Amino acid sequence: MIAEPLINSAGTITTQTLEISIGPQHPSTHGVFRMDVVLDGEIVRALKPVVGYLHRNHEQLAEKMAWLGSMPYTDRLDYFNSMSNNWAYALAVEKLAGIKVPARAEYIRVIMAELSRLQNHASAIGFLLQDCGAWGTPLLYAFKEREKILDFFETVSGSRMMCNYFRFGGVRVDLAEAMLAMARKIVAEFPKFLDEFEKLMTTNEVVLARCQRVGILPKELAIAGSISGPVARASGVEYDIRKVDKYGIYDRLEFGVPVGEVGDVYDRYYIRVLEMREAVKILQQVLRDIPAGPVQAVEVKLRGFKLPAGDGYGRIEGPKGELGFYLVSEGGPKPYRYHIRPPSFINLTVLEDMCLGHKVADAIIILGSIDIVLGEVDR
Amino acid sequence: MNYPGKGLMEGLAVTARNFVGSYFYKDRLTTVQYPEERVQTPENSRTFPFLVFEDSPDKPRCTACKICETECPPKCIYIVMDRDDKGKPMQRPKVFDIDISVCMQCQICVEVCPFDAIKMDNDYEKSKYERFDALVERLPDLLKPNEYYRKVKPTEASEVDARLKAEAEAKAAKKAAAAAAAAAKAAAQPPPAPTGTVT
Amino acid sequence: MIPTSEQLCEAIRVAVPGAVIEIVPSTPAAAQPALLVDCEHAVAVARYLKDEPTCRLDFCSCVTGVDYLAKSFIEVVYHLYSVALKHGPVVLKVRAPRELDQCRVPSLTPVWRGCEFQEREAYDLYGVKFAGHPDLRRILMWNEFADHPMRKDYVPPADYEWEPTPHDEVLKRTKAAGGIMPPSAAATEVKK
Repeated sequence: MIAEPLINSAGTITTQTLEISIGPQHPSTHGVFRMDVVLDGEIVRALKPVVGYLHRNHEQLAEKMAWLGSMPYTDRLDYFNSMSNNWAYALAVEKLAGIKVPARAEYIRVIMAELSRLQNHASAIGFLLQDCGAWGTPLLYAFKEREKILDFFETVSGSRMMCNYFRFGGVRVDLAEAMLAMARKIVAEFPKFLDEFEKLMTTNEVVLARCQRVGILPKELAIAGSISGPVARASGVEYDIRKVDKYGIYDRLEFGVPVGEVGDVYDRYYIRVLEMREAVKILQQVLRDIPAGPVQAVEVKLRGFKLPAGDGYGRIEGPKGELGFYLVSEGGPKPYRYHIRPPSFINLTVLEDMCLGHKVADAIIILGSIDIVLGEVDR
Repeated sequence: MNYPGKGLMEGLAVTARNFVGSYFYKDRLTTVQYPEERVQTPENSRTFPFLVFEDSPDKPRCTACKICETECPPKCIYIVMDRDDKGKPMQRPKVFDIDISVCMQCQICVEVCPFDAIKMDNDYEKSKYERFDALVERLPDLLKPNEYYRKVKPTEASEVDARLKAEAEAKAAKKAAAAAAAAAKAAAQPPPAPTGTVT
Repeated sequence: MIPTSEQLCEAIRVAVPGAVIEIVPSTPAAAQPALLVDCEHAVAVARYLKDEPTCRLDFCSCVTGVDYLAKSFIEVVYHLYSVALKHGPVVLKVRAPRELDQCRVPSLTPVWRGCEFQEREAYDLYGVKFAGHPDLRRILMWNEFADHPMRKDYVPPADYEWEPTPHDEVLKRTKAAGGIMPPSAAATEVKK
């Protein structure tokens, strides 16, 4: 076979771009995720994400089940934060039906959601550093703290990750005093872990060299691309659904919303550290003020629950971004349409823009900094 | 005092402290030598369901009402009611299959059961050698005595026992009160009016 | 404060002449009435909503396809929020007929870039073609897949092997397709 001459007529070496696919089996793609990249040497010239490997048809399954039957399936959407997913679904149903949640249940919901946020951000940073090549040291330090939170979830709801704890109008079971003491212990020990964690990474020269000025997301693109969560806030978009929609009891709690400036990978890492510190503040307030009372609205039936006809959209500030549920009901016991607005899926819209011109290794880190979970992307 | 590599040295100091500390402080060593040692799971932890019987396996609390079968999200339960020779339903299941490869341990069957008949176990060592039929648990595998329930979940079992006892007592008291009221009514009945006049 | 649906309706009729627009109510508890727009003027209405100073709806949060089989149309629902003014949601709806060759709506990706993946998903699962979408191809199903699975009249392929606890429709189709019946189900055919 006669190949093209190595030295072409202009006197330079003939080059070609290389199209490879990163994934779906890959240790750094956070699940079964594929990126078709066009490479010029090591520089990324084009990138197309390919998803659908974990598509489990959740939305169609929900149309065949009662409203409550979809609740265990929402655990499996973003399997790191099953509590937050449960809350988003319960919120959407309560919004459509006009159910009021008792006060103690609201406080318990915030405890679960913020603990979920803590363990999600710790793991996300751990996985980001693993993608950088740190071979698991920050990851396993994060997992040691995460174990305490998962043990708490197991004591409360019965299961470490697939909790199925929230119900329409409240939560499933009440928190005993011993469980609240466990939560207080976790919150008391968390700042010490965060200080140690930061010492490993925040001023580390290797992290700085690899993560600063890499994968910059401009603010206008973040808003136009419907990016939400820590990724958007790192780019300077000052939008936190807890402050805007004020769902639950977040209007009574004092906490700050960190906003970044540059929007590179380092900002996305550091904003998660700051959000963890804010979550600890929220937890301290909630654990101090939690009132006594019932944990479930009495008018909600367990079996044969029917929603009035109509449609509605409910959303929460999940740890990965805006998680929303759009529900259409025809007045019956099953949903007519059940749609999930997944933050990871939509945050992938700008992956190509962030990776152009960077090297392949940087593309892996940029993907890690968006913090996707395939259960949510594909549903 | 800033020197090149300060961040790196601080990070290495953290890992060194953890590494050396793991020889002296037990809580820095988090590995558990399974299966010789086992981590004690909390009482509330749930794996797969089982059926409770009080006195003998022939009289489970389950009445084959099929509510758990209807409410189960992945539809992993299959129930057939037992019938006697004349075809009359005997309030107990003849077939109760749970496919534990489909079961997602969501606990909804436990929540909706009106008779406290199905409860969640916390045994997680359920591996089998075959993939298909071996992962279906049938009625003999599922039936377990109330003593077993009290052993694995003491708080929950004592709550359920107390509640069932209170309900039984309330029912008996109501029945006794109704019988007493009926007897009192019969005693207080006026004698029948004379049918004719006595001259 | 965000204008009410009636005010928005009036303002749009003035700004985008010829737009056919009506309000679709929602349940009182959710209180999210929708603006139903015709396909021709959808892009113009979207641009107006994005740029107009009192609305500034620059964040398209959610794009959903809904199949109304009984009413013979497929609806695409857009939920819009404003990051600049921190209000919302404003719901925009567009409708298309259900027949595959006529099922077309204009794409709002040129207005809000975030609609890109979600419109691809609506095309993949419902068969709605978005005119003007930069890259309309399947996203969740594989490229060679032929049908549109989320439609209400979709019939899944009958490929049942071992179903130990079949119920209702699955049981009927397993028997019809000659699938393997589990011992318990086969042996205990209940005589009614």
